[in-house]
Amino acid sequence: MRALIATLAVITAATVGLLIQQPGFAEACAGLIGSNGNVNLGRTTTLAAYHDGVEHYVTSFEFQGGGGQFGTLIPLPDAPTNVERGGDWTLQRLQIETSPPVAERAFFALGAADEAEVLLEVRIDALDITVLRGGGPDVAAWATEHGFRLSPDAPEVLDFYAQRSPIFLAAVFDGDAAAERGQAIGDGTPVHLTIPTDDPWVPLRILALGKQPGDLVQADVFLLTSDEPTLLPAPSDSLALTHSEPATDPLLDDLRSDTGMGWMPDSAWLTKLEINSAAGDLGYDLAVDTTGNDSPSIVDAGLALPTAVPSDNGSLSALWLAAIALAGLAAVFAIAARLTGARVR
Amino acid sequence: MRPLLGLLTLAAAIALFGAACTSGSANATNQTIAIRYSLFETGLVTVPRGVPITFTLQNDDPIEHEWIIGNADVHESHRTGTEPVHSEIPSEVTIPALSTRQTTITFDQPGEYAFICHLPGHEAYGMVGAVQVVASGS
Repeated sequence: MRALIATLAVITAATVGLLIQQPGFAEACAGLIGSNGNVNLGRTTTLAAYHDGVEHYVTSFEFQGGGGQFGTLIPLPDAPTNVERGGDWTLQRLQIETSPPVAERAFFALGAADEAEVLLEVRIDALDITVLRGGGPDVAAWATEHGFRLSPDAPEVLDFYAQRSPIFLAAVFDGDAAAERGQAIGDGTPVHLTIPTDDPWVPLRILALGKQPGDLVQADVFLLTSDEPTLLPAPSDSLALTHSEPATDPLLDDLRSDTGMGWMPDSAWLTKLEINSAAGDLGYDLAVDTTGNDSPSIVDAGLALPTAVPSDNGSLSALWLAAIALAGLAAVFAIAARLTGARVR
Repeated sequence: MRPLLGLLTLAAAIALFGAACTSGSANATNQTIAIRYSLFETGLVTVPRGVPITFTLQNDDPIEHEWIIGNADVHESHRTGTEPVHSEIPSEVTIPALSTRQTTITFDQPGEYAFICHLPGHEAYGMVGAVQVVASGS
């Protein structure tokens, strides 16, 4: 059984999103940045769960062998308050739950100014995690300063994300340190982020970062929501819906028993999407709505830019101004009527 | 390897463009080529032969780019080149992130010369343009 788990973990270059009890969920997939002009491909497995306004995000960075460093950028919907070592087998358990043991299944992972503000820095095993706040240029500058050369599509992709959230996670894997620690190729380092947010979404476009337009992007996206979600874009051949059922109690119990996973709710809806898309066609993210309104956000899906709509306060102010103006007019008419009435009398 | 590549490209540049490469000439024709999202926003530039042309290369991207102009041999050598920075040959310019560089070139022969960013993956991404050199007065 353990061997099966390990095999699945290796052959499944997955992005796992797990989300719970929230209108619109999301989470993250990783984009790899190359070092010294080379695009390093590697596998990233990710789990994100949304529960009571907090997103729990668990991802695993696999040691690919060799020395030197390689890095990964992950757009985040909001700033995490905590970054720690993740549970040991949560990601594998999710794969077991939803992936039939098909042999020879080939997934390969994520294709791999002003200064960005460093919100958080954590060292986990051979992994240096930095949470950044900044625009696309800021994050690009940070990556360059740390020895990474971004792929040519990075400026547009980073802007695409920064328009919705200025938070990025940069993970730098120190291959030399991994070797010194005795990590074998394929060993993953799980990382757990706690992200309070009102607006989670699942970044998919980042999967195509650094790839040629014709390259195939393959990944798995798992969602765990309170109810059956409505998705945008709707499932299609390149975004195939392959699982949509209530999560089983054994799954939830197992996940709850792993390190740091005690927040797992009692019930949830499990959705699995399989991405098989040309990189050039993957120009969107995944918006998820579980409110029952069937209205996932086109902005969260990356299909429309955030507009400069008046804020709630602005709208209220406008309403108040209109009300005050109407009240003023009414007062003028009332006074005029009184004066007229007095004259009549 | 690097010195040989440098000599080859320098020789090619001299053969193509002649000498005259000075900045700020009063007679220069000015051309601005902006770069955004790893694309040259001006894909084709037409310039007269025998006149110093000053190119203003404006990189609006947060990543570094190159502007290398020349014939097919020049570009072929740069596709496998390893020079990290170009600064001494007017037809080969490194433009750091969010910055602008100027270079002046006189084209002695009419024809079309491609300009390409040869950083890894950039040419395939579409960072290609061309300068059309025409006889003066045409």
